[in-house]
This record gives sequence, C-alpha cells and structure tokens, in this order.
Amino acid sequence: MSDELKPLVVAVTGLNAIDSPGPGVAVIRALRDGFPQNIRIIGLSYETLEPGIYLHDVVDKTYQIPYPAAGVEALISRLKYIHEKENIAVIIPNFDAELYNFIKLAPSLRTLGIETYLPTLEQFDARDKINLYNFGKKYDLLVPKDKVIYQVNELHACAEELGYPLVVKGKFYDAIIAYTLEQAQKAFYKLSAKWGFPIIVQQFITGTEINIAVLGDGKGNAVSVVPMRKLYITDKGKAWAGITLEDDTLIELARTFVKSTNWKGGCELEIMRTADGKPFIMEVNPRFPAWIYLTAAAGQNQPAALVKMALGENIEPYSEYEVGKIFIRYSWDHITDVSEFQKISAFGEL
Amino acid sequence: MNLRKNVATSESGFIFNPSTGDSFSANPIAAEILIQLKQGVSPSEIKKTVLNKYEVDSSQLERDWDDFLLQLRDANLLDT
Amino acid sequence: MQKLRYERPVIQKMNAGLMNKYGTRTEYEPVKHIDGVSVASLIQQYGSPVFVISEKTIRRTYQNAVRAFKTRYPKVQFAWSYKTNYINAVCKVFHQEGSWAEVVSGFEYNKALGNGVPGNKIIFNGPEKSNEEIKLAINNDSLIHIDHFDELYQLIDICDSVNKKPRVAIRVNMDTGVYPMWDRFGFNYENGSAWNALTKIVASGKMELTGLHCHIGTYMLSADAYAVAVNKLSDLAFKCKTQLNTSIQYLDLGGGFPSANTLRGAYLPASDTNPSIDDFAEAITTAILNAGFKTEELPLLILETGRALIDDAGYLLGTVLANKRLSDGRRATIMDFGVNILFTSFWYEHKISPAQDFTHHTEDMVLYGPLCMNIDMVRESINLPLLNRGDQVVVHRVGAYNMTQWMQFIQMRPHVVLIDEKGTTHLIREAEDLKYIEQLEKMPAHLSTIKL
Repeated sequence: MSDELKPLVVAVTGLNAIDSPGPGVAVIRALRDGFPQNIRIIGLSYETLEPGIYLHDVVDKTYQIPYPAAGVEALISRLKYIHEKENIAVIIPNFDAELYNFIKLAPSLRTLGIETYLPTLEQFDARDKINLYNFGKKYDLLVPKDKVIYQVNELHACAEELGYPLVVKGKFYDAIIAYTLEQAQKAFYKLSAKWGFPIIVQQFITGTEINIAVLGDGKGNAVSVVPMRKLYITDKGKAWAGITLEDDTLIELARTFVKSTNWKGGCELEIMRTADGKPFIMEVNPRFPAWIYLTAAAGQNQPAALVKMALGENIEPYSEYEVGKIFIRYSWDHITDVSEFQKISAFGEL
Repeated sequence: MNLRKNVATSESGFIFNPSTGDSFSANPIAAEILIQLKQGVSPSEIKKTVLNKYEVDSSQLERDWDDFLLQLRDANLLDT
Repeated sequence: MQKLRYERPVIQKMNAGLMNKYGTRTEYEPVKHIDGVSVASLIQQYGSPVFVISEKTIRRTYQNAVRAFKTRYPKVQFAWSYKTNYINAVCKVFHQEGSWAEVVSGFEYNKALGNGVPGNKIIFNGPEKSNEEIKLAINNDSLIHIDHFDELYQLIDICDSVNKKPRVAIRVNMDTGVYPMWDRFGFNYENGSAWNALTKIVASGKMELTGLHCHIGTYMLSADAYAVAVNKLSDLAFKCKTQLNTSIQYLDLGGGFPSANTLRGAYLPASDTNPSIDDFAEAITTAILNAGFKTEELPLLILETGRALIDDAGYLLGTVLANKRLSDGRRATIMDFGVNILFTSFWYEHKISPAQDFTHHTEDMVLYGPLCMNIDMVRESINLPLLNRGDQVVVHRVGAYNMTQWMQFIQMRPHVVLIDEKGTTHLIREAEDLKYIEQLEKMPAHLSTIKL
C-alpha cells in the first residue's frame, strides 16, 4: 500500500453533543470539511452515551479513555493501546478538565509520534478563573475586578469595593448574581458546598455577550480570529444561535491577547461589551468552543488549520471571513440499538 | 426464585432487561449461571456444576450465591 | 480434571450516567512484594494488620531531598520532625543520614536525647514547654524556638536562674497568600509582633538570638508561598542586622511539603499535580540567594520536612474480614484495619492495592474498618477487584502521622516492621497486648471483686 492511501488519523474528545455540548462533533465536522478525502476520525469518549460514539458517519471508531481523575499514567497507557491499533497523527482534546493531563503528556505523546497543539501549563494556569484578574493586569487586558475569598465575612469588603450586584463564582463551575449581602452569603455557602474553596467574587458587568474563537501559533501570531455574537441563549447560558461579526476592535483584542500570551492552540474569549463599548474579557476557555464549525463555515477552518500546524505546516494567518454567517443549533434524535450501547459499555470500543 | 422470562442473556455476558431498559455486564461465571437459570436449571443443579468445575468450596459458594441473588433482585431481574 | 480459578459471580450495571466529576480509580496492579519481601510472608510472620517500613525508601527519599537543596544552596540542614513518626528505629535512620531532630514537646525532646542526638542539634518547637524542659534545653545548648510572648518572658525569668545564655529563635507567622493562614503559632509578621519580640529578646541581653523560624502550613500545593516566606524572614533578618546589630545565623523554613497522597475530594491524582521536592527547593533557595545576603553571610537553611520524607516508605498490610451488600445495593468490604490505625484516611484517598492476582472484573465499594463505630470508613468509594474474605491488600503511603496519631480504641495497635536495605525484616515496635494497655490502670479496693 502506498503512503498516499494512508489516511490522516485524528483523535478527538468531547463527543457529548448534548444540550450543553462539547465541541468534539463540531471539530470533526470542520475536519471533514478541511480534509475531504482520506481522513480517519477516532473518537475518545468518557461516557457511554456521548452521542458522537454512535454517529458512524462522523466518527469512524470510538475508544473509551479513563477519566482525567485517573491520572496521566492511566491515560497514556490507554492512548498507547489505541495508537498501536490506529496510528494516530494528531489528538485534539476538547474538555477543560482533561487538558491538564494532555498538556503534561504532550512530550511523551510526541515521542510516540502523536502530535498535539496545546497551550503550555503556564498559559493554561494563568487564564484560570482564579487568576484571571492578575492575568488581565499583567497583559493590560480589560477584565472584571474580582476578589478570591475563603470566608463569608470577606463578602462585605468585596461589596464595598465592587458594588452590587456581584457575581459569586464557584472554583470550577457555576455563577450566581447577588444583589444583596444576604444573597451573596447564600451563594457563597451554596457554591462552596458544591465546589469547595476558594470562591471568586466578581464585579458584575452587563452588556452584549460576544465570543471570539482564536487560534494562536505559540509565537504570538493569531492565525485565525472569528468573533461571534450570541443571538439567543439557552437557560444554561449556551449559545443557541450566533452570528459572525465584523468589528476591528474585537479582532485587535484577540490579536493582543495572543501576542502578549504567545497562546498556542485554540481558545475562546468570552467577551462582555458594555454599553459604552468596552470589551471586558470574562473568561478564557483554553480550547475550541462548541460553535467552532461556524469558523469553518465563515471561511477560517480553525480545526483544520490546527491539525496542519500540529503536523508542522506553516499556515498563513487568515485575514478574511464571511460576516453575517449564522449558526442555529438543533437537536436530532439519533436511533441506535441496545447492542451498540452494550458493546461500548463492555469493551470500551465501538 | 426465577429469572424474569423476557430477560436477554448472552454468552459474552450481556444482560438486557427489556422491562426496565437496563443493561448489565456479567463476569464469565455469572454469565454461565444466568444462562442456566434461564434454561430453568434448578439452583442446586447449577451449584453442583460450579463446584465441579471451579476451585471453590460449598460454604464460599453458598455465601456468594446469596449475594448474587441480592444483586439480581437489586437489578430487577428476578420474578417476584 | 484441573478445576478452574473461581471468582464470585457479579453483574454490573452498564452505566448510562452523565460525565461525573470524580472518575473511578482502579489501582490496577497487584502488589505482592515490598522491597523483595512477599506480602503474604510478612502477614504470615507478623500477623495482620501490620505496618511495614522500607528503610531503602526512607534513605533514598532523604538523599533525594538533600540533593535537591544542596545542589542549589551551600548551607542546608534537615531536622527530622519527630511528630511525623517517632518510632526510634525510624528516627535513627534519619539521624544516620545526618538529620538533626525537631521536637515539639518535652516527651519528644527526651526521645531525641535517648536516640543519641546531641543537645545542640535538637530544635525545640511548639507552644508548650515547661520550666524544667526549658532548663534542660538551655543546659544542652539546644535551639529553642519561642512561640508566644508568655514563653518569651518565661525564658527571661529562667535565664536569671540558669548560668547560661540560651540560643533562641522566634517562630514567625505571616500572610504568604495561602489559605488557611497559620497565625496561631508564633508571632505575626504583618502586625509587627515578630519584630517586637525580636527587639525584646535582644534588649533583654540574656539570650542569644540565632535564627528565624516559620512553618507556613501543611500539605502546601504551591512552592511560591515559600518564596514569600523567605522574603519576609529575610526582611526581618536584615532589620536584626542593621537595627539590633545581631546577625541571624539560620532561617528555618519548617515543613509542609506534601507527599504523593491524594487529598479527599481532589480531582486529579496528587502524584501528577503536587509540586516535587525540586520545585520547593528551587523556590526557597532562589528566594534566599536573591534576598540580598552577602555570600559569606548567607544563613544556614534548616528544613523540618516530615511527611514528604517518610510517607512513601510506610505501608499498611491488611486482610479482608468480610463482604456485604448495603441496603442501596452497594458493595461493602470490611478490612481488619480502620481509622484507629490509619488516621490519615480522614484526609486522603489512600491508594490500596490487592496483594494477589485478580481478573479485570471490578466493583465499586465502600471500605470499612473493623471498629464497631460508624466513623470507621477507610475509603468512601473505591473501585477494586472482587475481593474475598482472607484476601490481602496493601495500603500505600502511610508512613507519616499514622504511627504517631494512631488510637488505641477498640483494637490494639499492631506490629511495625522495618525492611532493611538487604531485605531482612526487623520488628521495630511490638503489637500491644492487654497487659500493656492495662499496666497504667489502678483498681480501687472496693471495686476489686464483682459478683454477677
């Protein structure tokens, strides 16, 4: 068999295309657009009901991998097993919770012949919620003021400095808007019980929610920047529909972010643009967003570019994209049989 | 003590309970026992087979048998 | 016909749950030997449960820590933290390696003396020191670390009656950006108490101020906090030099380095996330070297690391007593060791490995200890192979705090065995018996007889 016939094998996580979707299926769709011939997609799943597992025209073959909590050793031994069978060229991890392990493993994966395209641990930690304020200060980026606290009696001082309403945030997830001290205390107890300490108390910023999908080359260049405004939001705060925007200040902001951090890989900037036009960075997600296919549809296929860069190709930064492209997320009941569910459950492969 | 009639068992250890929608995986010995239960073999016969085939004494098997029944009951796989 | 290997029958629900926050952890490999000695033979010879300590691991861990610091900084001294594990044989391994002693009570102080540690190589910490203990420490020229003002005045009083200048340091507490801030021990840096104490010591003219001590917390997951601590201690040291005309000879950074045990509720395993001894060494030594000391005036760096030096060397071997099924269908396994001797199971998700071969079938289970007491739970949820009564397990990383905080409650404390570097086993602490437990009890005469 000649080399030309060997498919490009890319492994992707985040196949949970559910109501609060993981980006995997969208990433794969973009890859299939970007490499129309000869690509083989390996799904890496944690749960047996991640929809992507059962979508055989999306994913060619799925393997279960151990939860992030099992640690890097369990993960690498599973990946070695999969690699022996599939000869993976590139892995694109898509969950926040698994990134730490994949970043740690990147050098070992490379010795196996598997490429990744990920931020460094320092970059990953610096944009963590707990460090976001210092991150903004360091790079002169506009971020909401916040206080990281451990005791409920610190709330009063926070309120004096930040003013009501406040956003009370858990260490990993969840945010509650509090308009009074009592509400803030209640939120503090609720979130600390669920996620532990610390609690982040953040200045409330109101405005228009804009997300920017960014791809950095690790040397300070933004290869692709696509801003999207959420048109409609689900009760979980996820975009239901969104539209690409033309706005130089947003693109400039993303470029500044990449330049000052040397960000490597995909990421999503969650922006709140206030009424007077100030773009606050509310959060930096260290991976592609679930709406990443819109970048491909608008002319900047970020997942495909990432794979090419991971394989050592030099990609000229994109300059154009179609403005006014809209995505509307829809759900679809895929039909399968209990035997498929049993196979993935019992053997961890499908 | 009877296995529900419509429970599907297979030699590879898959069990499917169509009345609840639950799936289970069984280790090889559990799969063997289930297939025999499904065929209507009596518990004492099954135990005898297990004792002949496996390295186990009857007191240990008796305890594990009771625990296995608890698991089946818990999984809603038994006729009540 | 050869009979087949038996495994009890189990079925397991194929889980259709959503991605959960905590994954299952299976300790995949059986652990049949410790330093070449079989687990089964250890249990056969010494009974179950039994604590086993690897001398080889202690020495290797210690030497690695010394290397991490000495390759980065010229003057380093470790002092073995007695409270972490004060079985004499363990202490002596550390002393043979060159470690001083760090004690926090008169009882520990006398233990160190008994182990042959010279008085001037004992650091006496802690909030409680009696007049007699202080006098003993002064006469032995030990390093006395003052915890509070009452102790400072106690020392000044004692100095009048003892014809010797004690060598003292103060313990300083400070904000290093970590929570919780340990401000109950020592004198606070930020509010000026520490400086106040230092001036009083020098002004008294009765003591020789030799060092500064801090101990910023326990199980520290950030090395940076130690750099903050070094900067604050260094600041005090410079002020002592310029304003009190006193040179500080050593900075004692205390302990608090974590081991590779995973804290309860932590998401990722500690062996992946916790900083290494090299990370701590790098942060601490870089901070001292950059603090502005002249090369010839660089202070001695003292470290009182306990847990990180001994945890890995300790194992607890135990045996399955029983299996049962709880009302909610969960499996429960009862072990012959519980929180009475494995105190650290309150803090850690201890890694537990079966000591014999098993198949890939596993079950989620609760691990209980043998006590008739509801708190006796070793692991709330652990994924282990199908264990039977009589099967043996190995609990890892139990060297720190268990052999000091263990309770004589319901059950007695078991043997502790040391495996030396040649693989020979030595009993270093005998299991307790009824006579040992009762030897301190006294019976009033009117209770001496009963009739039932």
